[in-house]
Amino acid sequence: MAVADASLSTRPEKSWYQKNKLAVTPWIFLAPAILFFVVYVIAPIFQSIWISFFEWDGLGDAEWVGMRNYVELMDDDRFYTSLKNNVLWLVLFMLAVPAGLAVALFLNQTVMGMRVYKSLFFFPFVISQVVVGLIFTWFYNPNFGIVGEIWSFFGASPPAILADEDLVTYGIIFAGLWPQIAYCMILYLTGLNNVAADQIEAGRLDGAKGWSMLWYVVLPQLKPATFIAIVVTVIGALRSFDMIAIMTQGGPYGSSNVLAYYMYETALSEYGYRMGYGSAIATVLFLIMLVYISFFLWRMYQDERGGR
Amino acid sequence: MFPRPIEKSTQAVQISYKIFLPIALFIWLLPLLAIVMTSIRPAADINSGNVFGWPSDFQVIANYTAVFTQSAALTYLKNSFFITVPTMIVSVSLACLAGYALAIYKFKAALPLFFIFVAGNFVPYQILMVPVRDLSVRTGLYDTVTGLVLFHSAFQTGFCTLFMRNFIKALPFDLIESARIEGVGEFKIFWYLVLPLVRPAIAALAVLIFTFVWNDFFWATVLTQGEASKPITAGVRALNGQFVNNWHLVSAASLLAAIPPVAMFFLMQKHFIAGLTLGAVK
Repeated sequence: MAVADASLSTRPEKSWYQKNKLAVTPWIFLAPAILFFVVYVIAPIFQSIWISFFEWDGLGDAEWVGMRNYVELMDDDRFYTSLKNNVLWLVLFMLAVPAGLAVALFLNQTVMGMRVYKSLFFFPFVISQVVVGLIFTWFYNPNFGIVGEIWSFFGASPPAILADEDLVTYGIIFAGLWPQIAYCMILYLTGLNNVAADQIEAGRLDGAKGWSMLWYVVLPQLKPATFIAIVVTVIGALRSFDMIAIMTQGGPYGSSNVLAYYMYETALSEYGYRMGYGSAIATVLFLIMLVYISFFLWRMYQDERGGR
Repeated sequence: MFPRPIEKSTQAVQISYKIFLPIALFIWLLPLLAIVMTSIRPAADINSGNVFGWPSDFQVIANYTAVFTQSAALTYLKNSFFITVPTMIVSVSLACLAGYALAIYKFKAALPLFFIFVAGNFVPYQILMVPVRDLSVRTGLYDTVTGLVLFHSAFQTGFCTLFMRNFIKALPFDLIESARIEGVGEFKIFWYLVLPLVRPAIAALAVLIFTFVWNDFFWATVLTQGEASKPITAGVRALNGQFVNNWHLVSAASLLAAIPPVAMFFLMQKHFIAGLTLGAVK
């Protein structure tokens, strides 16, 4: 008590803020970010889910239809085609991870000019997907694209990849892999910088060579890089929109559609303004993504508990 | 299969590696080289089938001038800058504040809030599309540069906060503790102590956000309509429709769209890579 009294007599009364400083200040720092994020990200998620129970053209009155949009989805061939293509994207896009690792291992040397080589290899990731899409559209053109040149070199008549219902999705995914491999490569190059040299030496003394060295000694040390590479590749695969919009607009006959583009098409393109139905598709896509988001957050939570 | 340092290999291996390296790079960048070549050739070359050969004539100035005189490319580029630069400033600033709060203060909501920022950063754009477009239409922000800036700033705040919070968390906490004991105010600690220390993180975020927002196509399509507010990515697509079969002009316009982020990457390479690894791989 005596100590408290002494401090009271020497210092003037503390203000409310002074007393609650550590509890209040974080909220002042957080307020602008929270405001922006709630208005443009958090609230719209719930609004979209809400809208998916309505039939709405975006202008007039919305009509409550309950689960009808979802029931319609279950019967919609275009929805299943898109969903199937999304799975195809997810699976094939994963090739970017081992391919990126391969390129990184290839480039992980110290010869003259290596820094420049590494950054040039990274180039495709920096340019817009719109540009990548345009480049490949042109490459696939059977009349004057490079694919046409190669096919006619072997005397075959070139396929019109982007006009072929069976090939089109593979063609777009292949184009999408180009920047994605570059991204995974850079993650692995950064990871390889941190691989402990003494462990490699120790592995070598123990007779680890080639694949066994890669599998048992190097890859375990690259785990953080692999984790991030998988996360960004999954998100990239599910977000595939730009390439499809540029290269095929989902065609021919919806055969290269994915949920992201199909949603846009239903809600905003000339095919009609069905905001409710579009939102239902978006909700499905969101739920798929939520699986990955939860996994990522769970991993982060494990790390947090381990840390300070 | 960890690559054995090439210096330890035989002379033959070393030489073949050095020969193969530029060949591999050439194949890897072939798509890009092709549009560079196309962007400087005359239209006649493409019509006559000379698409991958040596240009019959170098029309660098003619082609690029044509892009600017025959289309709204200049407006598109200008819009891209006025969308990208303010977004970069707003989202990084918001994230500095939020990241600081989440990293330094111990309060119950800190971790859940942090996770919300992280999760929001990963949601598919389509789940936001209808409400954000509707909000923009109602507030008169539809088809304006400001509308895009506000949305991008908000969305990128998630990623920036994730990055900033982890960066600040890795700083020595004693520093802040001792400043508090000295009686330095919380805002002064942030401004004079923490901000100078997070400069590398600010640089990393600035280049990344620049690239992300510059390359955005989806929101440019959803939130703009006319030429007045379209950024270059959406513009290139419009040009593609306008310059049908004028591949030399489409290529030139595409390259113009690609130059700013490429330049940014080359100037700030180190920061760029640090940012891309989400701060998880150091």
